[in-house]
Amino acid sequence: MTAVVLQPTTTWYLVLASVLFVIGATGVLVRRNPLVMFMCIELMLNAVNVAFVAFAHRLGDPTGQSVVFFVLVVAAAEVTVGLGIIVAIMRRRTSTTADDLAELQG
Amino acid sequence: MNPATFVGPSIDWFLVAPLLALVAGIVVLLAVGSLTPRWPKGWYAGVAALAAGTAGTLAATAWERAVQPVGLAAGSLVIDRFAIVAVVAIALSTVLVAAMSDAAGTGNLEFSALLLAAAVGGTVMVVANDLVVLFVGLETMSLAFYVLAASDRDRPTSGEAGLKYFILGGFASAFFLFGVAFVYGSTGSTNLGTIAERLSSEVPVASTGALVLAGTALLFVGFAFKVSLVPFHVWTPDVYQGAPTPATAMFASVGKVVGVAALLRTFLSALPVRSDDWRPVVWVLAAATVVVGAVLAVVQRDAKRMLAYSSVSHAGFILVGLVAASRTNEPDAALGVPAVAAYLAVYSVLVVGTLAAVAHAAGAGDAPLSSLDGLGRTSPVVAWSATVLLLAQAGVPLTAGFVAKFGVIRAAVATGDHALAVVAMLGAVVAAYLYLRLMVGMWLKEPAQPDPRPVPVSTGTVVVACAAATLVVGVVPGPLLDALAGLGL
Repeated sequence: MTAVVLQPTTTWYLVLASVLFVIGATGVLVRRNPLVMFMCIELMLNAVNVAFVAFAHRLGDPTGQSVVFFVLVVAAAEVTVGLGIIVAIMRRRTSTTADDLAELQG
Repeated sequence: MNPATFVGPSIDWFLVAPLLALVAGIVVLLAVGSLTPRWPKGWYAGVAALAAGTAGTLAATAWERAVQPVGLAAGSLVIDRFAIVAVVAIALSTVLVAAMSDAAGTGNLEFSALLLAAAVGGTVMVVANDLVVLFVGLETMSLAFYVLAASDRDRPTSGEAGLKYFILGGFASAFFLFGVAFVYGSTGSTNLGTIAERLSSEVPVASTGALVLAGTALLFVGFAFKVSLVPFHVWTPDVYQGAPTPATAMFASVGKVVGVAALLRTFLSALPVRSDDWRPVVWVLAAATVVVGAVLAVVQRDAKRMLAYSSVSHAGFILVGLVAASRTNEPDAALGVPAVAAYLAVYSVLVVGTLAAVAHAAGAGDAPLSSLDGLGRTSPVVAWSATVLLLAQAGVPLTAGFVAKFGVIRAAVATGDHALAVVAMLGAVVAAYLYLRLMVGMWLKEPAQPDPRPVPVSTGTVVVACAAATLVVGVVPGPLLDALAGLGL
């Protein structure tokens, strides 16, 4: 009887990235708290990072790994801007629900 | 070999001078502006306009050298004539927006610096020849846009617009980036030229094909959000209505020009081999965008919201040119890219001029249709110019709008795509009604306050200059079309 050795392949990581990405995308669509929606976007970006590193490993090419740093910097900048906007809005309001932000509709 | 030696790529600094001029403007505004007492009214916006004007002039001087595309920074940037047209359109829009922002009450230090930051990001995007550089440019522009949308802290709708733009923009960026990851995984490169080479030279095995297709689809979703194609347009009306009007003008002009230019470059220069796979999707979205944008615009009660849907409809028109350009086996496919370039240049001027007129009538905040009532009596100069601009947006002959719409429809017909041309023209007919509705308010209704309203010099100049440019290009389109003919990617 031979032991089954599970060797992780690139596909495993791509599946992981896709699952994380879908969880993030679903979260943005169904959650109503801007902070949680924002965290879900960060989850999507980090899912992409997993995919980039997996591809870089398979191709033996450092480009994909360096892209991750760009994504991290961009995500950090997004945090700064996003939290700034949320704080600016919440100073005027008491609750943080996206449904309350419904003055604009046509 | 000495491992410590780093040889950087050679950079032709003259060709990146437009970017340097824009960054210099930001540095002057932020460093000098924040260390000195408040400048006189109009100076902040003036510095922004000066920097953007310099950038546009510098970009235009590279026109002769860019007959053949010039690669920069180890091929991650490329300067070609299409990029120059887009950079000039960005710079011109930024100048016009800076000029109108002062009278609209948003000409402060932060707003002016953010305008330039958005222009920098946009310029990087249109000259990017690498998906990662494209992404960094996209984020630079988008982050500036989010803050511009939320910049009016006295109005709750402005903050709401900023948050909505931010959440959906970040969502779209994540899709775009996942697409980049898949394309990178299947081709091993993020450089547009290298991607095209590897896709065309190799016989794609089944799994690689699936990866490329998934990547293409995700990239397209990201772009579709940014240029607001139906059904990814839902953020557009809310953001355009809530943002201060000069910021709206920036999103509608620079945002659209940059998004479309980058979309064209990515799909036509990196993924032409796959055009049979992505063309049907683009076709359907173009048709849906033209019609849905026009129909929804008609029923709006806010002028800015109406113009937002009208910009959605324009985006569909521009995609008609992309569909034509992608039929590379047709001899007339070369008409597509020049038609799109002409449309972008004309559209950016039209939309900024129209929104400048709205800002004069309604201020920087919400602009219910009634705010335009009787503009023909209170500010006839603005009303006449706005009429010209609205007729041009509707595509009436002898205006630049006709030249633009004719170009894309001619490209569609010449490549044998009669169905899309007919759908686009039907959309234009519906859209004509909405522009007429705005004009009826201006000319036939009684103003709330019948006294003449003085027009600030800056607003007046912007509106009249845009209208004059519209008429000149409409009556004598030859020079513009000749310059753009033969443009390719």
